Amino acid sequence: ENADPQKTAFLLRKAWTLYSVTPLYRFRRGRLRDYARLLSAFIAAEKQKGLAVEVGVELDIKVALSSLADLRGSERDQAALLVQLSSRSRAPSRNSEDKLLWSGWFCSVYGDDLSKDVPEDFTCLPLFLTHGPESYTSIVGSWFQKSFDCCFRRLAISPLNLSWMVAMWAGCKLDRATSAVELVFSVPRLSQPLDISYAIHPEDAKALWDTVQKTPGEITQEEVDVFMDCLYAHFHRHFKIHLSAAKLVKVSTAVASAHCDGIVKILHSQYLSGVLRLLTELAISQIQ
Amino acid sequence: HLATSLPLPSERDHLRPRIDLIVFIIDIKSKYSLKNVEASLAYVDASFFLGKVCFLVTGVGRVNACSIEANAVCKLGEAYCSPVLFCELELEGIRVATAQRLLRMLQICAGHIPGVSALSFVSLMRNSDDD
Repeated sequence: ENADPQKTAFLLRKAWTLYSVTPLYRFRRGRLRDYARLLSAFIAAEKQKGLAVEVGVELDIKVALSSLADLRGSERDQAALLVQLSSRSRAPSRNSEDKLLWSGWFCSVYGDDLSKDVPEDFTCLPLFLTHGPESYTSIVGSWFQKSFDCCFRRLAISPLNLSWMVAMWAGCKLDRATSAVELVFSVPRLSQPLDISYAIHPEDAKALWDTVQKTPGEITQEEVDVFMDCLYAHFHRHFKIHLSAAKLVKVSTAVASAHCDGIVKILHSQYLSGVLRLLTELAISQIQ
Repeated sequence: HLATSLPLPSERDHLRPRIDLIVFIIDIKSKYSLKNVEASLAYVDASFFLGKVCFLVTGVGRVNACSIEANAVCKLGEAYCSPVLFCELELEGIRVATAQRLLRMLQICAGHIPGVSALSFVSLMRNSDDD
């Protein structure tokens, strides 16, 4: 289960935009090279149609599809699928390095809830993460939709789920607590938008969570509520503001950060699997 | 009559007409509204919980803005033997339908509908539990 850190290093410290994906019909692992060729042709055709991605720059787009066998939860999960778009500049130069323009990957970490009910011809990879220009995301998405009859939807994260994440991640044991636990709230119904940022020392946050959590390895909604109520009460005592009436829009910890628009950054490889498991669960509940 | 929390100010007690129905409004986007309602419930006389209280959860159209678990509100309704209505005030159709439902409930609670009293709500709640 522990993926090779070198192979998964590319995942860390990047802002990934999240989507949920319905199962892919008749996707064949053995045909990755063919798919790369087809996707490449599709992108070229879209460019011909005038959907130019970068105006004035002649880009030769190279497509690479690969499987990440280690990136999964259990044996029942499909291996992750990585799609990378790089540019090969036309200008001849000695170090003609391909520049990575866009990457996206499909994965499933403990996605049994979805895969157990699905017929044989379908491949379940409910979570899709992208990094790079939105224009490429929509081209790649269109190709997958046409080829495998699947459906992509942006995965938004509710304040309820964000509070679950911050409680879970603040409680993670890390060798060095490097960054503060931060919660960002947006205050509704004001003429000027107002954001409140609440930063807590990571050791204090972990200490609080440790007093709340009863069974290590298990988290209940009640425990998350108590944790959040303590934070709200502390803030109210000092600033007389009820954060519970505001909208939690972003949480940030040393393990990972997440924004309600469905953007996450994973900062620590140790908890990669745990974070992906949670995100897979969210993706599945959006699909069902 | 609208109030942001209970108890109501005592200065106006003598001017206040009889209260037939209390609707507790909970905004699913605000944890604070749930806490406020829970605190206000303590100030309600027990006799109201025989069908004269209901919980109205608003903002349910926006699943991605939930700060409260719907389950928690349903448990609250069960604990106080009172119905829980879900609605989305931003949609006119639902807003109008919800208003009509509340008005109907109010008519029953105020004794304006012959043959039906507020106690009917309580027995309806109990029947669904037995299912």
